Amino acid sequence: MRALDLDYMLGLLPVLLKYLPLTLGMASVSMVLALILASLFAIIRVVRFPVLDWVTRLFISFFRGTPLLVQLFLFYYGLPQLFPSLTLIDGISAAIIGLTLHFSAYMAESIRAAILGVDRSQWEASKSIGMSTGQMMRRIILPQAARVAAPTLINYFIDLIKSTSLAFTLGVTELMGAAQKEAAGSFLYFETFIVVAVLYWLVVESLAFVQSQIENRLSKAVSR
Amino acid sequence: MIQIRGLTKIYNGVPVLNGIDLDIKKGERIAIIGPSGTGKSTLLRCLNFLETPEKGEYILDGKMIDVQKAKAAQIKEMRLRTAFIFQNYALFANKTARDNIAEGLITVRGVAKERALERADHILQDIGLADKADAYPASLSGGQQQRVGIGRAMASDAELMLVDEPTSALDPEWVDEVLQLLTRVAQAHQTMLIVTHEMAFAKEIADRVLFMEGGRIVEQGPPEKIFTNPEDPRTRSFLRKIL
Repeated sequence: MRALDLDYMLGLLPVLLKYLPLTLGMASVSMVLALILASLFAIIRVVRFPVLDWVTRLFISFFRGTPLLVQLFLFYYGLPQLFPSLTLIDGISAAIIGLTLHFSAYMAESIRAAILGVDRSQWEASKSIGMSTGQMMRRIILPQAARVAAPTLINYFIDLIKSTSLAFTLGVTELMGAAQKEAAGSFLYFETFIVVAVLYWLVVESLAFVQSQIENRLSKAVSR
Repeated sequence: MIQIRGLTKIYNGVPVLNGIDLDIKKGERIAIIGPSGTGKSTLLRCLNFLETPEKGEYILDGKMIDVQKAKAAQIKEMRLRTAFIFQNYALFANKTARDNIAEGLITVRGVAKERALERADHILQDIGLADKADAYPASLSGGQQQRVGIGRAMASDAELMLVDEPTSALDPEWVDEVLQLLTRVAQAHQTMLIVTHEMAFAKEIADRVLFMEGGRIVEQGPPEKIFTNPEDPRTRSFLRKIL
């Protein structure tokens, strides 16, 4: 067995770190958009808006039921074929759209469950003082549901960060794409991908730390 | 102030309210007594549109609301003109005592935030909970929570307070402080409709007592009459059991 080329690995670190902002940027933008979309879907499902409810269910079913990679290819390679004006769509935008829709479908279901878990009395008290459904959701129900859903949603964010690596298949040079190029030049595949793996791992671990901090604070606000 | 005509509520084919007629005058304090499951709470909940009745009308200052066809604006008007005090307090769990009281003023009644918080502090002082302004409901005792619930209703300046068994969920040690506060509110000539099992309290504050059974008002009159000399055998039998 050949020894690992540690010098190469150390030298690779600063090169790959330059691509970390793009990875985290794509993940963060997708997460924010997915959260907004998922909350909307969850409210539509909970309030049972006539037609929208049905459309939302179909949407969630499709985006949970098909692989993310297939969805990304569908957006990046497939849609421009139907709508030629979409040829302008770049890989980063396509990846963000795909990640957003995919994860919004998952998150909608956990937000929905969290909303339904909020005590009935909170709905009645909101209604009884004359709040509209929107006001009730925004000010009373969603903040309480967020506390319940937070751990699950952060898990999805972790998954989302790692899933941005699929963007390299759309020609985006993010962390994974950059590593692929480096490895193709140096032929040191093992060294390259172990560095990439450790980078993802460190990002996720620091997020897990933030997660425990957030959970501590959220539980403090409501418990005795 | 408000007249109720033929109010009917049916749950799963069973009528819970059976054509209730009731006129509530401004400043009147009405206690509703009767066995459990006879529609007392449902009547209150219908007035606040927490339930949609099957049939009936509300007449508000001469304006008629058909309960079945009530528009969103009419439902909102009823809710703004009534304030509900819940058996289980139903304070907003994500808001402090102060914010619980100010919430409706800010969100629904368009009061400037600063003024609403001032008013909330004033009310907290009044109900003896000034030191709990920043406490969340989970850290308050049942009695304190219900007092905040009453404070929330006071802040709304609603014409009619709907008080639904305010002490039934309380440990006995907290009942007095809540009844004392409600008595004070009642003595300020607040129009109130109170469902209660506390007969001494009903006797003390009510101008009129309704006895309900089977979704109907069986008998009504001034408390002296209902408690000492009820006419209907059902009222007599109920009072004999609980007094």
